[in-house]
Amino acid sequence: MVSLSINGMQVKVPEGTTILEAAKQLNFRIPTLCHHDDLCVAGNCRVCVVEQLGAKALVASCATPVTEGIQILTNSLKVRSARKHIIELLLSEHNADCTKCYKNGMCELQDLSNEFAVGDHIFIDLNTIKDYTVDRFSPSIQKDDSKCIRCQRCVRTCEQLQGVNALTVAFKGDQQRITTFEDLSMAEVICTNCGQCINRCPTGALVERTYLDEVWDAILDPTKHVVVQTAPAVRVGLGEELGLKPGKRVTGQMVSALKRLGFDSVLDTDFTADLTIMEEGTELLTRLKKALVDKDSDVALPMTTSCSPGWVKFIEHTFPEYLPNVSTCKSPQQMFGALTKTYYSRNRNLDPKDIVSVSIMPCTAKKYEANRPEMRSSGFKDVDYVLTTRELARMIKQAGVDFNRLKEDKYDSIMGVSSGAGVIFGATGGVMEAALRTAYEIVTGRPVPFEDLNITPVRGMDGVRQASVLFEDCKEEWSFLNGVELQCAVAHGLVNARKLMDGVKSGEINVHFIEVMACPGGCLGGGGQPIPTNEEIRKKRTEAIYAEDMSMEIRKSHENPEIIGIYKDFLGEPLGHKSHELLHTQYTKRVRY
Amino acid sequence: MSSNHVKRVDLIFEKIECKAVLEKIVDMEPDDICQELLDSDLKGRGGAGFPTGMKWRFTAQEKDPVKYIVCNADEGEPGTFKDREILDQVPGKVFCGMAIAGKAVGAKMGYVYLRGEYKFLIPKLNTELDKFHKTMDEFNQNFRIQIRLGSGAYICGEESALFESIEGKRGEPRNKPPYPTSFGLFGKPTAINNVETLVHTVMIMNYGADHFRELGTKDSRGSKVFSISGDTPKAGIFELELGMTVDQFVNDFGDGDTKAVQVGGASGFCVPRKKFAETIIGFEGMPTGGSMKLFNSSRSMYNVLHNYLDFFTEESCGQCTPCRVGCQQLLKGVEAVKRGEKNSKYLDELVKLAKTMKRASKCGLGQSVGNAFGSIVENFKEEIIY
Repeated sequence: MVSLSINGMQVKVPEGTTILEAAKQLNFRIPTLCHHDDLCVAGNCRVCVVEQLGAKALVASCATPVTEGIQILTNSLKVRSARKHIIELLLSEHNADCTKCYKNGMCELQDLSNEFAVGDHIFIDLNTIKDYTVDRFSPSIQKDDSKCIRCQRCVRTCEQLQGVNALTVAFKGDQQRITTFEDLSMAEVICTNCGQCINRCPTGALVERTYLDEVWDAILDPTKHVVVQTAPAVRVGLGEELGLKPGKRVTGQMVSALKRLGFDSVLDTDFTADLTIMEEGTELLTRLKKALVDKDSDVALPMTTSCSPGWVKFIEHTFPEYLPNVSTCKSPQQMFGALTKTYYSRNRNLDPKDIVSVSIMPCTAKKYEANRPEMRSSGFKDVDYVLTTRELARMIKQAGVDFNRLKEDKYDSIMGVSSGAGVIFGATGGVMEAALRTAYEIVTGRPVPFEDLNITPVRGMDGVRQASVLFEDCKEEWSFLNGVELQCAVAHGLVNARKLMDGVKSGEINVHFIEVMACPGGCLGGGGQPIPTNEEIRKKRTEAIYAEDMSMEIRKSHENPEIIGIYKDFLGEPLGHKSHELLHTQYTKRVRY
Repeated sequence: MSSNHVKRVDLIFEKIECKAVLEKIVDMEPDDICQELLDSDLKGRGGAGFPTGMKWRFTAQEKDPVKYIVCNADEGEPGTFKDREILDQVPGKVFCGMAIAGKAVGAKMGYVYLRGEYKFLIPKLNTELDKFHKTMDEFNQNFRIQIRLGSGAYICGEESALFESIEGKRGEPRNKPPYPTSFGLFGKPTAINNVETLVHTVMIMNYGADHFRELGTKDSRGSKVFSISGDTPKAGIFELELGMTVDQFVNDFGDGDTKAVQVGGASGFCVPRKKFAETIIGFEGMPTGGSMKLFNSSRSMYNVLHNYLDFFTEESCGQCTPCRVGCQQLLKGVEAVKRGEKNSKYLDELVKLAKTMKRASKCGLGQSVGNAFGSIVENFKEEIIY
């Protein structure tokens, strides 16, 4: 233990603790900007400088470990004057036209500027001198360098959490900025649209491409029938954006709010999550049969999931040789879209051209996915607009709906009934768990041998996890699986996905089935979820997801009556002709930069 | 030699038999080498003046079996060109100094980080390096040296940015602590020294610490190679005894009309005529990496300052706020005052800002921008305003 004093108060902390953390223990908050709990220390914004008695220069508290006996002042004259200067400097370089900014009121620089009552603007405005253009080419992410404060959180996120490196620091001095390979737009580079950079950008430099106006226009157009689907992770995140604590489940209130906003039908992506399990589970078993029984050496194993569009784009860029291994299943969002303008429209006796299909996602990559040219199998754009959890909260505020007083409501039908297996798609390991619940039962006729169906080995926050399930006493048609131990691997965060795929490539990791979620923690930590995010918040949302699963009457996808119904009335059978036409897709090799 | 001459020294460029020095140190105890340097009071010649023996001892005390020696030959400080001459004239002595450092700290690998513009030296250095490696073989020493070329960024002369650059990353300074002696190149304990410092260690091991201490003052022992430029009839490279006043220096090198001397390049201080007599060139007064630039009365100090600020605005790595934005503000600020867009009181705001930059910047670059700024604005305020 190291003892030190902060503002005259003694504290003992473990060796390696930073001054910032030590101060927190004494309930002194030191302001920060470039610091983020999920990322390595940068120490570049200098907002957190403190005075160490006897030292010539001020020290960055986020980057400096404590040493025995040091005396720290967090609010001395020197500190105050430096901190105010630094905030002023950042503002002089920043496009401070706050009322025109999408992040107005949600900006860390704005908060600091308020806190330090920086109103004088003593320095010369440098922002107008520079020639900035906003990059609006990506359907998911909008990048505005005029608002960038060069904290490099986005660069560190892209490198350390995602291993994508789409964003990088370029040039030096007054020309230094955050950019992409050859200054290309975000739409043209290796960016997976995961939006993790948005979650960590302290200002409005990186925000989602918003489609709020388009959605309002559709809702308020009486000739349109507007259908909305909500992804599993939205219900455990939305509350945070509306003033509730992390980990609060708001499913019923959310449905109620969506109805008040004027959506004609409020449905659940969890339904198509269940459908994904039917299709993907069958696809896996078919591939296994081809490999084990037909001895087909061309069959691509391990098979990977395809529901995370960030992951799909990542593998298209980074491991294109593994594209045959990716399940051909569309993501639940896109399955939902295709069915909205076929199955649903027929059932409701609507002309699909009058339907506007909206999805609420914890994700920014879904915006890109909905715009993929292959996602028009209904003959129309399957999903018209994708909104993030954050955008939904904004709609609720705009409509003046008092969210926290709303009574719970139920999803409409059809395509509104789901199982607990569908809900857990929102957490890392959830697709794997849902798939195993169904596949094991299809093969053996018995539920998975885990207490309460909770397959705990695939849960958790480790970056890469492996588990196996032994098939025994299989049904006759699956007897070839008798004694086969199904090997599974789960990764979340693309940096871990890369590790996993490198392991597969080198032969170190030898499995049958891989689940990858692009975002840390899975969809609940998605790039469209409320800001801030950190491991603690993601753990709270995870607990909420599993609690939601436990609260469901139906826990297995194949027992969802609407799933049974859609196969009976419309699809026929998993991997059948209609499924292939509407629910499956193909992938494209993409550039390496 | 007339009496107004500062004492010339010929140690750095003296041609000596490096082999003999190497033969001597091969059997020495590493810590005895550090002790000899500590006895000599040799301080780093790059400008910061950290005691070399202490730096080596810290590195030697680290437990890691892999350690590195790095020779900082990035020489980017405006007005400094002495390392180029040293590498051109006596490259063998530089390598010899690295071998001594390797022996002292227990490193098997050394890197010379050569300023990109000095690429023309590479054939010569490689020839000399072959000879050096053969000598090492003769003494059964497996210390090896590689040359790495910089790409023109001033910031890569900052030791931790230099490491990042060798590692193939963007040259940006790291947070300190940890210091290079424990976490340097490739995360390993590293002794990084300026070209001239390394040559001094050779001469100290050759002639002994006492010989070195005979020159200079209590706080600034030995001699130093100066790069002398500007309004002087004797521009060039001179090895001089440390401890002279600026007055003595100007009497020797000035053109009779010297109004100011910039000691230590863009990151150093401007000494006006009225302070020539009281200012000692050395660690007790104005330390310098070697650059001495003389200005006579024909020079506009506004232009001098503008030139330095322009330089820093471009050469800041850009990562930390005080340096990146501060440099731009100082530059735009003095321009605005000159044009009359801001009144002269704005200079006081800028002086305060320069203080913040000195206190709050991440590395030596940002911390030293205020040196030139403060000293020029303080002493030549009228020239800046009018």
